[in-house]
Amino acid sequence: MSAVTAEHEHDEHHDHGPEKGLLRWIITTNHKDIGTLYLLFALAMFFVGGAMALVIRAELFEPGMQFVSPQFFNSMTTMHALVMVFGAVMPAFVGFANWQIPLMIGAPDMALPRMNNMSFWMLVGGILLLASTLFMEGGAPASGWTLYPPLVLQTGAALPFAIFAVHMLGISSIMGAINIIATIFNMRAPKMTLMKMPLFVWTWLITAFLLIAIMPVFAGAVTMLLTDRFFDTSFFNAAGGGDPVLYQHIFWFFGHPEVYVMILPTFGVASTIIPVFARKPLFGYSSMVYATAAIAFLSFIVWAHHMFTVGMPIAGELYFMYATMLIAIPTGVKIFNWTATMWQGSMTFETPMLFSIAFVVLFTLGGFTGLMMALAPVDFQYHDTYFIVAHFHYTLVPASIFILMAGGYFWLPKWTGNMYDEKLAKFHFWLSAISVNILFFPQHFLGLAGMPRRIPDYAVQFADWNMVSSIGAFIFGFSQLLFLYIVIKTIKGGTGEKVSDEVWEDAHKHGLEWTLPSPVPYHTFATPPEKIPTEHF
Amino acid sequence: MMSTQGAYYIPHKATWPIAATIGLMTLLAGFANYLNGNAAGSTFMLIGLSIFIIMIGGWFTLQATESETGMYNKGVGISYRMAMMWFIFSEIMFFAVFFGTLWYTRNLSVDWLASVGDGPGRSSGMLWPSFESVWPTNGPGNVGGEYEPMGAFGLPLLNTLILLTSGVTCTWAHHGLIEKNRSQLIKGLAATVILGFIFVAFQAIEYQEAYHEMGLTLGSGIYGSTFFMLTGFHGFHVCVGAIILTVVLFRSSKGHFTPENHFAFEAAAWYWHFVDVVWLGLFIFVYMM
Ligand code: HEM
Ligand SMILES: [Cu+2]
Repeated sequence: MSAVTAEHEHDEHHDHGPEKGLLRWIITTNHKDIGTLYLLFALAMFFVGGAMALVIRAELFEPGMQFVSPQFFNSMTTMHALVMVFGAVMPAFVGFANWQIPLMIGAPDMALPRMNNMSFWMLVGGILLLASTLFMEGGAPASGWTLYPPLVLQTGAALPFAIFAVHMLGISSIMGAINIIATIFNMRAPKMTLMKMPLFVWTWLITAFLLIAIMPVFAGAVTMLLTDRFFDTSFFNAAGGGDPVLYQHIFWFFGHPEVYVMILPTFGVASTIIPVFARKPLFGYSSMVYATAAIAFLSFIVWAHHMFTVGMPIAGELYFMYATMLIAIPTGVKIFNWTATMWQGSMTFETPMLFSIAFVVLFTLGGFTGLMMALAPVDFQYHDTYFIVAHFHYTLVPASIFILMAGGYFWLPKWTGNMYDEKLAKFHFWLSAISVNILFFPQHFLGLAGMPRRIPDYAVQFADWNMVSSIGAFIFGFSQLLFLYIVIKTIKGGTGEKVSDEVWEDAHKHGLEWTLPSPVPYHTFATPPEKIPTEHF
Repeated sequence: MMSTQGAYYIPHKATWPIAATIGLMTLLAGFANYLNGNAAGSTFMLIGLSIFIIMIGGWFTLQATESETGMYNKGVGISYRMAMMWFIFSEIMFFAVFFGTLWYTRNLSVDWLASVGDGPGRSSGMLWPSFESVWPTNGPGNVGGEYEPMGAFGLPLLNTLILLTSGVTCTWAHHGLIEKNRSQLIKGLAATVILGFIFVAFQAIEYQEAYHEMGLTLGSGIYGSTFFMLTGFHGFHVCVGAIILTVVLFRSSKGHFTPENHFAFEAAAWYWHFVDVVWLGLFIFVYMM
């Protein structure tokens, strides 16, 4: 099936450089251009979502109402989550996928370049619709990112806009995922068999399946919200024979795999970076592939662990409890493998590696709290408290976000041909790694002590840890400006030192992308590579 | 253009995708404004829809031209086919939501509302003591008022036969294409398209009756909601499928497609069979059971 061949040549001239000017970015079909667009967009949204988070933490710095109204506070928690999930983390990984998958499998581009362009612009359209709700009568949605009815049906003018935003984001994700699957199945270099693909490619392949399966489900759920509100249907209305809990089932059938959409590519990048700096092949390559597939499969059958307190038959509680705990097994396999990869390696600690090690440690923590909440009876206490907030932020910030940073530092020299400032980058790492724990660790204590989530005010007994958390938040937030600075500086020439083709010592043993010149030319692998790295075997 | 045979075609400078985005965004923003009771909404919907239709026309024409001038090799064809397959899979998941909703309400939540069974989701029965678990229902609140449920025999059964026949004519057309029998291809496609539009017309008549004679509307509680949502989305997909088939018919009459190269035909046919199968599900679970 590997039908990779040369790029089609236009009649007029032979080598296409990029289009000049702004138009280049609007009509581009080049996977590197589109990857760049995704990454820059995600970075921008990271700061937008981050600003919203700081509004939340500023309000929670002290008990009592300080800066914002409760309604606006709830809009902030909702929009922060939606912007971070759909605007920052997911697009950033799609950006990596665009840049890296063709380079890693030796393909000339993505399989469907025009659709690739459309995926990006649909994303922008969706986020614009979503952001527009901030300026509407009645404010942005304030129901939490889960958009539960009946609360969400009380949203003002924003409701249909938010729903259509979800539709557009869904279209974008589905098209992006289809493109990734077609590329991986159809565009690999002849010798790049499935079990020789870099793990980043594997994790994205599996993530793409998840996306195609779940985005339509979310679209269906919000469509029912729309008709319940505007077309008199009774899907979530008990008086008409419907059931609001039904929404929760549908949402979490989407929602739980959705969190894995954010974490599986994270695993993939980590599995790519750690071997390079440990100077060893990845430990247990095939078990990593199977573990990823197992996690993806399990993610479809555990959704109601978000609904333990909602009222389920006891058999349901037990089933979802045990099924959820099963996820810890393949996850543990992965953590073991990363550790074993580092074991006795000749490690060096460049910034990508530092972020990756922090990821392994801190993600494990997030996994453990997940396991705690998977126990149905104890989750009755943790549910809807700050303990959950701590859990998922540990799985998302020092995991997904850290790995995005790691990937950025890891590949930016390859993409631009310039080296980033290692000293500053390490400073960025230490600031982030320390402040992220000041920010989120105390939230475990708050949650265990009973502080509910999604509230703008709280009892004075929670004051101390909230203050600590808010201080951590501001340090973390402002540290990220450093990242922005480093990235811009690297793009503009970096340290001035020209990087070699392999950038990192012996990296060419680990992946095809390091066999290309730095910076990577605009078109690569017009003819598929003959040899592929065999470090894994 | 033999020189491109064997080369995977990478297009440059795509202008339609941004048009698609602007069109869809205008359409949706207009619709949202319309729903909010804003007078300008429908104008924007119209503008958005026009952009979208022009985009579809332009993009399809571009693809057809490229295909007919031999720019797509086998690899490109495989990518397109994979894309279509996975697109249909996403559609299946979309319909699964509504089938799932039907299953959940019929088998679980209506019972709980009527205090049947002993799950913790069961209501105490104090709120609506006289509500009984039956299907169809418009809920304890008698939402939407009295109505008559839709029977399976009559129009729906006829429609089932029509769609099944159209599946056969579609396959017959495919055989015509493969055996280089152009007139069979065109006749088969024409029959499929006509049957498709007859189906839609009958569906419209059925809705007409439901609304005006049976009191059955989208607002008739959970029964009306699931009935119209499932059949409505299906009907919409039939329309889309029929339009795609019309385009394929038009292209066939212009001499497009060869036994080796006819992705557009295959995609349309797959889509049509998918719509067919969904209807069978509907006929069984919505109309008969
Ligand atoms: C070992 C793996 C994991 C287990 C056992 C687990 C378990 C759970 C459970 C039981 C809950 C619901 C708690 C409640 O609402 O009472 C939850 C919430 C959540 N988890 Fe995890 N989790 C795991 C990994 C992850 C990962 C990898 C992510 C994201 C990358 C994640 C993101 C979330 C989010 C966002 C929520 C909160 C959703 C909300 O209510 O808004 N989890 N997790
Ligand atoms: Cu979950």
